[in-house]
Amino acid sequence: MAGGKERILRRRITSVQSTKKITRAMELIAATRVAKAQQRAAEARPYAEQITGVIQDLAEGGADVDHPLLRKVEDPQKVAFVVITSDRGLAGAYNSSVIRAAEREIMALRAQGKDYSLVIIGKKAETYFRFRNYTIDAVYHKISDTPRFEDARMVAQQVNDMFIDGDVDQVELIYTRFLTLASQQVAVRRFLPLQTRERTDTSEALAGFEFEPSAEGVLTALLPRYVEARLFAALLDAAASEHANRQRAMKAATDNAEELIIKLSRAMNRARQDSITTEIMEIVSGAEALRADKGDVSDLLLDRMFAADIFPDHSVR
Amino acid sequence: MLQVELVSPEKILFSGEAEMVVARTAGGDIAFQPGHVPFIGTLADHPVRILFAGGQEEMVAVHEGFVECAHDRVTILSDIAELSSQIDVNRAEAARARAEANADQLDESTREAALRRAQVRIQVAGS
Repeated sequence: MAGGKERILRRRITSVQSTKKITRAMELIAATRVAKAQQRAAEARPYAEQITGVIQDLAEGGADVDHPLLRKVEDPQKVAFVVITSDRGLAGAYNSSVIRAAEREIMALRAQGKDYSLVIIGKKAETYFRFRNYTIDAVYHKISDTPRFEDARMVAQQVNDMFIDGDVDQVELIYTRFLTLASQQVAVRRFLPLQTRERTDTSEALAGFEFEPSAEGVLTALLPRYVEARLFAALLDAAASEHANRQRAMKAATDNAEELIIKLSRAMNRARQDSITTEIMEIVSGAEALRADKGDVSDLLLDRMFAADIFPDHSVR
Repeated sequence: MLQVELVSPEKILFSGEAEMVVARTAGGDIAFQPGHVPFIGTLADHPVRILFAGGQEEMVAVHEGFVECAHDRVTILSDIAELSSQIDVNRAEAARARAEANADQLDESTREAALRRAQVRIQVAGS
């Protein structure tokens, strides 16, 4: 039947319309969350900067320690990767680009005959690597959306332990850097051992710090905090990137839905027009055939038309 | 005048000018006034007092962290720091009661740390 096509199209339009409502809502939610995540990242920055400053002052003040977090291994045999992805999808290429970068790093490492270790944040990376039978050492869920400092501390603890115990010789951080609202970038960063800058000559102005309990004692207490702060900063960056990516993906989805609705409505209107035309043709040809049987020769299609003929009840003066 | 900043990992809790800052470090209590020699120290679980010009003062519950003083700037870095106005006394009391009740379940150091934290909170809020 001719009406079938039209009905199918109408149903598809309704479905696309409701999808559009969902993607629009997700876009708006993501937009507010990007702003919030950005603000959090900005608020967390002073702490990281201050800690870095203190460490620099310590180094320039003459502290020299042999902390396990600074232990450099000449030829690292096992490298741990901390991969930060999200728990939820619908964020465009956000997760897949991080996962791809991680897999590339692992491949490169394996090609050199070395071992890897995976610390995963977010369900997406977990599913991917588990499905492909990678060995996963630790998984953290539910922290990538709005990371708290305690979360960063928990992960940092795990990574520090792995490093200090000598399970791994090096730790790399793979996450998405938030550059601007329009551009985010996957970054692979050295996380441990901490890189110390070559000390320049102790400047007179900065020397003469007093330490309590001692320069070494302060540095020993400070380094784990520094590691936590760095991981926290990465988590916040990743969260902001996730929301920005989701906002962009959902905006594209909404635009596509709009386009699709226009296309489908056009197709539907044409189908309706077609079915009306076919129906008229059927009626006319049916009537024509009947009349021809009765022997009436006058044409059914009129040459002239009067309103009174068509609407007998309507008085036309 | 001292420029004082109280920074936690999540945000800057307090920033302003003060006359004196009194804190307890690993080596004992220390007070900072303008012109103090550059100093870096680890903080104990203890309230930090910030004294403003005009006699007012603010107590801050600090649970471990660092204090740095250089060029009349005092920076307090702490994982957990609470201004007296932000502390929920009831919650702190509950935490203390919990720590005391679970004496046999928690190991000694965890319990002591929890107790000390609760006590510092209550002390700060009560002042």
